[in-house]
Amino acid sequence: MIPGSFAYHRPKSLEDAVHLLADLGEEARALAGGHSLIPMMKLRLAAPEHLVDLAGIGDLKGVREEGGDIVIGAMTTQHELVHSALLGTKIPILSEASLLIADPQVRYMGTIGGNVANGDPGNDMPAVMLCLGATYHVVGKGGERRVAAREFYEGAYFTALEPGEILTSIRISVPAAGHGYAYEKLKRKIGDYATAAAAVVLTMNADKVASCSIGLTNVAETPLLAEEAAKILTGSSLDAAAVKKAVAAAEAITSPASDNRGPARYRTKMAGVMLARALSRARLRARA
Amino acid sequence: MAKLQISMTVNGKPVEALTEPRTLLIHFLREELNLTGPHIGCDTTHCGACTVDLDNKSVKSCTLFAVQANGAEIRTIEGMAAADGTLHALQEGFREMHGLQCGFCTPGMIMRAYRLLQENPSPTDDEIRFGISGNLCRCTGYQNIVKAIQYAAAKLAGVPIQEAAE
Repeated sequence: MIPGSFAYHRPKSLEDAVHLLADLGEEARALAGGHSLIPMMKLRLAAPEHLVDLAGIGDLKGVREEGGDIVIGAMTTQHELVHSALLGTKIPILSEASLLIADPQVRYMGTIGGNVANGDPGNDMPAVMLCLGATYHVVGKGGERRVAAREFYEGAYFTALEPGEILTSIRISVPAAGHGYAYEKLKRKIGDYATAAAAVVLTMNADKVASCSIGLTNVAETPLLAEEAAKILTGSSLDAAAVKKAVAAAEAITSPASDNRGPARYRTKMAGVMLARALSRARLRARA
Repeated sequence: MAKLQISMTVNGKPVEALTEPRTLLIHFLREELNLTGPHIGCDTTHCGACTVDLDNKSVKSCTLFAVQANGAEIRTIEGMAAADGTLHALQEGFREMHGLQCGFCTPGMIMRAYRLLQENPSPTDDEIRFGISGNLCRCTGYQNIVKAIQYAAAKLAGVPIQEAAE
């Protein structure tokens, strides 16, 4: 399969990239790892006239600590996230979730920026970002603005990103030391998108849940923040009754499509199962 | 669309060419450079038959434009054997352990296994299976592919080889 013709641009600075995207208008697309865009172009479901490759811009890469926050450059690959020692210590759910994305070859190329900015409900990172309360840094011709991940996703492939804007980095407050976490993903095979998946970050105080945050993947047009479920669990001891009630609350906010991964009802139930498993694994990892 | 000048190192040799931006790396390798070892299997980023090594990463060359590889160092299956024809330990392993039947997936399998062993020189069987999970084989059931990669890992580490193929 051969994509349609396009002009290729490889700016060396963010400023040049932003100007290119602004000047070229709607027919231009930013190219990150390309592992969502290029398959779409090969199928001619996307036919941009210009590609602005972000790979030549050095400042978009890497994971660093800034105050109490972790800042991840948009062009950091999933492979780099899996192997980041800093993330492994500070926000290990990101390494865990990265390892469940696609396959090794795709993880060498696929970037976190592309994963969160594309707006594909099948992508794993958006729900993790909702769970962590991440902030996206977005740069356009008018300068930089910050958008909360929880306000970024508007519909399938529709986000708060304006034409001509580039998501440059992700800022996350480091969860409390000793927090428990888990990303549970049901998929038919390696490389598949989730039938349903759940991200959990929680802290314990003695035997009670002190704080809890839950994100759900691929069970609606956008990633979901299961606020009601988290509220039910906060203050509980994660006893069976509380978990059952929280699972029901999480299931209630899903609206998955029926597709090859299963009918909608099944996928809703699987979101509940993934949540229950993620809660139990997060509990085991948490230190009070 | 205007062609672009690109240069890269492929199997140790410098290459310069003019290419259309939309030319995929797999087509560039096969049609411009006549390197037909990397195969086009699914053409949809699933099967891994087109895997090559690019700047110390295993990549599916059907999902990358040749212009993105400008300046890169690439290794394909054609660059694995020594100049005198001596097989690389992985090639020898696939032969000795019957790691192939039809052979279509083999170039991609070997290039992926090459990077896997660079990153993890003594993997467990499970680590090999996870490490080659982006490469599909429809013949072998993977048993002998895992053994072939273990053979290569042992040979590269200078450990005597014991287990026989099934």
